[in-house]
Amino acid sequence: MRPVRPVRPVGSASAAVAGPVRRAVRFDGAAVRLGGRTIWSNVDLEVGPGEFVAVLGPNGVGKSTLIKAMLGIQPLSEGRVTVLGRPPGGSGKDIGYLPQRRNFDPNLRVRGIDIVRLGIDGDRWGLPFPGGASLFAGSRAARQRVDEVLELVGATSFARRPIGRVSGGEQQRLLIAQALVHNPKMLLLDEPLDSLDLPNQSAIAGLVSGLSDEYGITVLIVAHDVNPILSYLDRVVYVARGGTVSGPPEQVITSETLSALYETPIEVLRTSDGRMVVVGQPEAPAHHADRHTGHPR
Amino acid sequence: MPIATPGTPGDGPGVTMAVGIDLHQMFGLHFMVNAYRAGTIVAVVAGAVGWFMVLRRQSFAGHTLAVVSFPGAAGAVWLGLSATVGYFAGSIAAAVVIALVPRSSSGRAHSQESAVIGTVQAFALACGVLFVSLYGGFLDGVTGPLFGTFLGISDGQVVTLGAAAVVVLAVLAALGRPLFFATVDADVAGGRRVPVRGLSVAFLLLLGCTAAEVSQITGALLVFALLVMPAAAAQQLTARPAVSFLVTIGLAVAVTWLSLGAAFFSVYPVGFYVSTFGFTVYVAAAGWRALSERMQARPPRRSPAPSAPPSGAPSGLTAGA
Repeated sequence: MRPVRPVRPVGSASAAVAGPVRRAVRFDGAAVRLGGRTIWSNVDLEVGPGEFVAVLGPNGVGKSTLIKAMLGIQPLSEGRVTVLGRPPGGSGKDIGYLPQRRNFDPNLRVRGIDIVRLGIDGDRWGLPFPGGASLFAGSRAARQRVDEVLELVGATSFARRPIGRVSGGEQQRLLIAQALVHNPKMLLLDEPLDSLDLPNQSAIAGLVSGLSDEYGITVLIVAHDVNPILSYLDRVVYVARGGTVSGPPEQVITSETLSALYETPIEVLRTSDGRMVVVGQPEAPAHHADRHTGHPR
Repeated sequence: MPIATPGTPGDGPGVTMAVGIDLHQMFGLHFMVNAYRAGTIVAVVAGAVGWFMVLRRQSFAGHTLAVVSFPGAAGAVWLGLSATVGYFAGSIAAAVVIALVPRSSSGRAHSQESAVIGTVQAFALACGVLFVSLYGGFLDGVTGPLFGTFLGISDGQVVTLGAAAVVVLAVLAALGRPLFFATVDADVAGGRRVPVRGLSVAFLLLLGCTAAEVSQITGALLVFALLVMPAAAAQQLTARPAVSFLVTIGLAVAVTWLSLGAAFFSVYPVGFYVSTFGFTVYVAAAGWRALSERMQARPPRRSPAPSAPPSGAPSGLTAGA
């Protein structure tokens, strides 16, 4: 069985009453064309507040473009998107964004904590005032917030090392801290588990899911391997060449749907304790599900 | 070649014996006072802008902007204009050209950029040589713009350098934080509506102004000494951005002051000293870092008792713990 999730204050029922404004994300007949090529079209999608959603699909199908459309970085050629009730790009600090895997230059001599701090005020003009933390309450609060978030993601011990010198999993924690530090209502995570080892994949997935539960943050997570996050998901969005398919994992993650979407045979198995495992998915190592058993939830 | 001889030959090797007297004598000369004024202005700007340039990995662009100031200056002199105007015109024009090259965070655009920069640089140098030979074609006309001079810096030139410096530093202060954001983390900055591309263009223009300023002291070919070396050295010494920024400026000023003094008491061009001192500082900083990292890499002395692991243990963290 999937673990029981706490009831959310703004669940699907109240969202239905309040209408589309209460949707965290809403795509209406959206399409993106780049250089004459249709990346995707006819995308209709709704994500409720506080949901934990996976965006899945084969490589090159436009998963990252979907995220960029929500951020307003990638304009739509057709249709409409609203994010947190506003047009894309209008939500600024309410969205925490983690772009597709960045490898920091090993010689970049900037500390992890500085990268996290940019999440608070990096978009503000001017220069930080040296020693501001001892003079200004705002600066002090920002520093406290950074420490708090570092603690939350378990990055305190390596946050003061140059970011190029910490491991991939550690960098990812710092980047999640950066995305979280300004108290976003929504997290858009583009392949946060990519090129992490298995313990780190499940640790990061658990961390993000916990944040979603605890603070009611809407999470959209782009992945090409569904297994590490499968047990946490409220909803799955599959992006494929035709368009998108979305729904609860039990409905969408079936052998038939996946095989059709990926155009390759895929099996969805159930383990003895009822959890699903996707086998045969391209680029996915098969046996991840056992990693979740250790998670107190 | 600019040759600075001490005022009286009778001083001989007295540099170490009577430093106070020598310094007094040096600052009694108006052109040396101006050299120090101009040098200080240039060092501060070079340090501040150079710090960002090194962080942005745009050293090649910076080098080219400096090299282009040479044909600018040579062309201006040939046309009977002030060399200062030429330095700025050349560098800023080149900055505009480089800024027009599409640049994105992907590696492809970078290589495109460096190809364009290389092309601009080669063409500019060729133009410079042409202008010099059109003007008169004697070697002394080239060594100043290429390798630096501190003689004959007029009051007016100091004022021009100062005004340009104030403008550059003011703009840099206004752009500082988002520029840093866009530099280390362009994707996220873009997601937060930081105008990454606009900042990149603005920074190139600042870099052009700075290269033009620095060229007037160190010469077009040795601009790196002030633009790169202090920043590179400071970034070796510390990973704290604010600290390394201030250390950069401090190093740039110190190197400039020392170099001007050394050049005054010797027969070699100031660009040589700036480069040599800058190089020394960089090597020392890199050595210090290598040494301290080796010390850290050694098995730490902490007691082997593995009590409660820190919260940052790589894999032990679970949600909502």
